[in-house]
Amino acid sequence: MITYAIFFAFGCYGLGLLMNLWRLARGPGRADRILALDTMVINVIALIVLYGIWQGTAVYFEASMLVAMVGFVSTVAYCRFILRGDIIE
Amino acid sequence: MIVEIVISFFLVVSGLFGLVGSFGLIKLRDTMQRLHAPTKATTVGVGGVLVASMLYLALVEESFSFHEVMITLFLFLTAPITAHFMAQTHIRMRVDRNELPPTQRDFGWSLFDEPPEMDPAPTKDTAKDTAQGN
Amino acid sequence: MLRRLFPHPLLSILLALIWLALVNTVTVGQVVLGGVLGIVVPLITAAYWPGRPRMRAPLMIVEYIVVVVWDIIVANIQVALIIVFKRQKDLKSEWVTVPLELRSPEAITVLAGTITMTPGTVSAMLSSCGTSILVHCLHTDDPVAVRNDIKTRYERRLKEIFP
Repeated sequence: MITYAIFFAFGCYGLGLLMNLWRLARGPGRADRILALDTMVINVIALIVLYGIWQGTAVYFEASMLVAMVGFVSTVAYCRFILRGDIIE
Repeated sequence: MIVEIVISFFLVVSGLFGLVGSFGLIKLRDTMQRLHAPTKATTVGVGGVLVASMLYLALVEESFSFHEVMITLFLFLTAPITAHFMAQTHIRMRVDRNELPPTQRDFGWSLFDEPPEMDPAPTKDTAKDTAQGN
Repeated sequence: MLRRLFPHPLLSILLALIWLALVNTVTVGQVVLGGVLGIVVPLITAAYWPGRPRMRAPLMIVEYIVVVVWDIIVANIQVALIIVFKRQKDLKSEWVTVPLELRSPEAITVLAGTITMTPGTVSAMLSSCGTSILVHCLHTDDPVAVRNDIKTRYERRLKEIFP
């Protein structure tokens, strides 16, 4: 039963990634694109953790932790670049 | 059996929330409205996956792990910050200052108005605080 | 002397706990290593943390966390229902100004984060003097009620936690 639930969640997050991709391509503003990228990062974290449950290991948590950190830093850096024209002052 | 039902419940609910968050991203028309969808729905979506993973590892594989708590905390701490930054980016690019309501204070919003000159009172206050801390 | 050695006791404990969670095992060696990190890191970075934020009423903190977690769950269901079932033209989004009585930066940060995580509201900007916060509301019929809700539900509790 857990396997079917995992496949269902895989489908949901995969579909969600496609929707984010559509918003990323469509725009219309830069804020929308950053938002789409940030949501993609969160969905990817969920996918990695789901894959970990499916495989029954805890090995993938380091990966999802790193993706979470890199995603946060990149979003903030992109926003700061637009707001201030510079990332590190 | 109950364990399986609980874990599956968390997985299905979190999958639905993740899907709704991404769906809101394409359905809503205004950027500020779109900002609501991922910051809420997706955070609890990922939170549900992490709770399911923690339960699965603890009850089925019988190896307890704290990593999920770390990731959940990290996401809950960073989601407001990224949302705040994206809102500011949007306001800077697309919103006219006259569309925003007044601040009801002496100074305007921080993107459009310079901050007031710092008076020396706050530094004196912090000095007093550190003295009390001893 | 003790204050020189432990500039931020809470930060030290937090760092040790995070280290233990990161290595994912609790052995004597890792506890000692976490303790050493918890002492060394605040010492090295003490120059960047001049003041020590004062907090009181630990029971209020627990109550605040319970209230916020409950609100986050309710908020998610509400926002999900709005996204799926409300038609676009029925959505009434509003900017709401919330004048603050809080003054400490930590308290304002916590309040802004709470607003973003809870029902249909996102904190977008502070006024340049830092005493007023701009909130975007996804769907509301009564902006004044939203403002009063934020003030009575969260700001009142935060004012007791951060004096």
